Amino acid sequence: MSKSIIRVESLHKSYVTGSNSLHVLKGINLDIQQGEMVSIMGSSGSGKSTLLNILGILDNYDAGGYYLDGIHIQKMSETRAAQYRNKYIGFVFQSFNLISFKNAMENVALPLYYQGIRRKKRNQIALEYLDRLGLKDWAEHLPSELSGGQKQRVAIARALISKPKIILADEPTGALDSQTSLEVMEILKDVNNTGISIIIVTHENDIAERTQRIIRLKDGIIETDKKNGNAKKQITESVIIP
Amino acid sequence: MLDYFEEILSTLRQNKLRAIMTGFSVAWGIFMLIILLGSGRGLQNGMEFNFRGSATNAIWINSGETAESFEGFRKGRRIQFTNEDYDMIKRELSGISNISGRMYLYNSAPLTYKNEFGVYTITCVMPEYMGIEILDMKRGRFINKIDIDQFRKVIVLSQPIVDILFKDEDPMGKFIKVGSIQFQVVGIFQDYQQADAKKVFLPLSTAQRVFNGGNRIRNLAVTTTSTTVEENKKIEEEIRKMLARRHRFAENDSKAIFIWNTLEHFKQAQGVFAGIRMFVWIIGIMTIIAGIVGVSNIMIILVKERTKEIGIRKAIGATPWSIIRLVLSESVFITAIAGFFGMLFGMGVLHLVNMVLVSAAEGNPMVNRIFYNPSADFSVAVTAAIVLVLAGLMAGFIPARKASAIKPIEALHDE
Repeated sequence: MSKSIIRVESLHKSYVTGSNSLHVLKGINLDIQQGEMVSIMGSSGSGKSTLLNILGILDNYDAGGYYLDGIHIQKMSETRAAQYRNKYIGFVFQSFNLISFKNAMENVALPLYYQGIRRKKRNQIALEYLDRLGLKDWAEHLPSELSGGQKQRVAIARALISKPKIILADEPTGALDSQTSLEVMEILKDVNNTGISIIIVTHENDIAERTQRIIRLKDGIIETDKKNGNAKKQITESVIIP
Repeated sequence: MLDYFEEILSTLRQNKLRAIMTGFSVAWGIFMLIILLGSGRGLQNGMEFNFRGSATNAIWINSGETAESFEGFRKGRRIQFTNEDYDMIKRELSGISNISGRMYLYNSAPLTYKNEFGVYTITCVMPEYMGIEILDMKRGRFINKIDIDQFRKVIVLSQPIVDILFKDEDPMGKFIKVGSIQFQVVGIFQDYQQADAKKVFLPLSTAQRVFNGGNRIRNLAVTTTSTTVEENKKIEEEIRKMLARRHRFAENDSKAIFIWNTLEHFKQAQGVFAGIRMFVWIIGIMTIIAGIVGVSNIMIILVKERTKEIGIRKAIGATPWSIIRLVLSESVFITAIAGFFGMLFGMGVLHLVNMVLVSAAEGNPMVNRIFYNPSADFSVAVTAAIVLVLAGLMAGFIPARKASAIKPIEALHDE
């Protein structure tokens, strides 16, 4: 019944700096089903960011294979990569990465700008998404006028607006206090319940505990990959996407 | 499209002061270019003003004395043109549009009207002379063919003479004495080159008969139908040959006749000014390049500062081309707007200078001969606009390349 949204086969990646070669990923095998919520853990240097970059088509890999929704992602032009990112992947970052001189609505609408959707229409769609995340009244505010939690909610709205298959979240709660972190995790869960797969990179155990599956990386290989029994897959009525 | 501008404007608004400072260097470059081109044009117009009294393709032929003996004639013989020379050239030379002989009355015939009189150089010409020397007829007419055929006693005066002799009276149709003979005033003109020139014209045939001129003429003037120096030179050579054959002097005798080829001199002067204009363009473009480097510099810094933003844009689906377009259009936008203001300001200054010059020229006509109507015309403006857009593209090129090469991963980790 479930369909593989991300399939990675013996993935290798090394960084060459001068005469030194740093072998970061040493054969990763991974299969993430549609609708899964997975966390990737590991100490710094374990290769988790590199893996996330490759999964997000922000970086190339050296050997192995990567299939996103059945499409073989290999070395491609930057333009193609940009189009795939726009269509399939939503990003949520630790430092929010909102554009500082654009207000919340414009930030959310930006992916649609690159799809060539007209201003009026994309702002309208952006407002709908902000509304679902409870930020309608903040639509005209600049990121600097928002709290950390609000900024992350704007970023999530931006990730959702292009209706991606998968959301890649790089330490999404890293810059938030524990209360706000919980709120953001609840939102991500809601998103997940609509069928969008979510991959969260984190080093916080209590965040990872809230996902269904925890993958631990160490020195470029997967150390453990286990289902998380604590987080039952709750079927709640979604508020995010109808 | 509107979207696109909004995108550019929103980023420029971020760095208002910087955008303005950058724009200033471009505006200054264009301002200088316009001023320089306008001044060059002013100098050229001043030069052309000097040629204004004469058709630019006129050839003036004066006789002299032979410097070499030829076919048994001694040197030092005076060459005298007659009506037959006029007839011969008119008949045999192709490629001429106007021809006129001229003779002069210097001091022999004072003009008298009632109690006023004056002595002026009187030029006696054919009707076609009107196309050789350019005169501004204020009233009445110039000498015509019937005047010549019927030996009519008519006279054409320049405005300053009218002012002196007639005071406030209307001179048209009045009779004025030339020497002791009555001539009727049929036309009044103003000299283009010299507004205060006191000139008088009589029909050549009448003057030859009345003032004992026989069939002699002092010099000849023709205008050609050609516009190139080469053809004019050829016609000049033909005239020289014809006259040499008729008057029996050596063709290469440089003293027997003197020929002034206006077009040749006009073109030479024009050539000089074409050179000046090119020089001005080079300087102007150099100045603009300084501006471009400034813009380029600022854009590079801007791109560096916006590394993170560009990274974000790329992560959410901006193609490299769209990033290049973003930077390039900002650069073009700054240069175009700034350049436009520079151009406007430059043209304003030229206009002001022109106004000052016009008022200065009223007191001193010499001003116009040096510097006249400095202006940058439409074609200059169009060229400048093209230069500006190109400049903007060039200025944005390197920064845009840099921006599109930004890797999203590195940009996003750039805290």
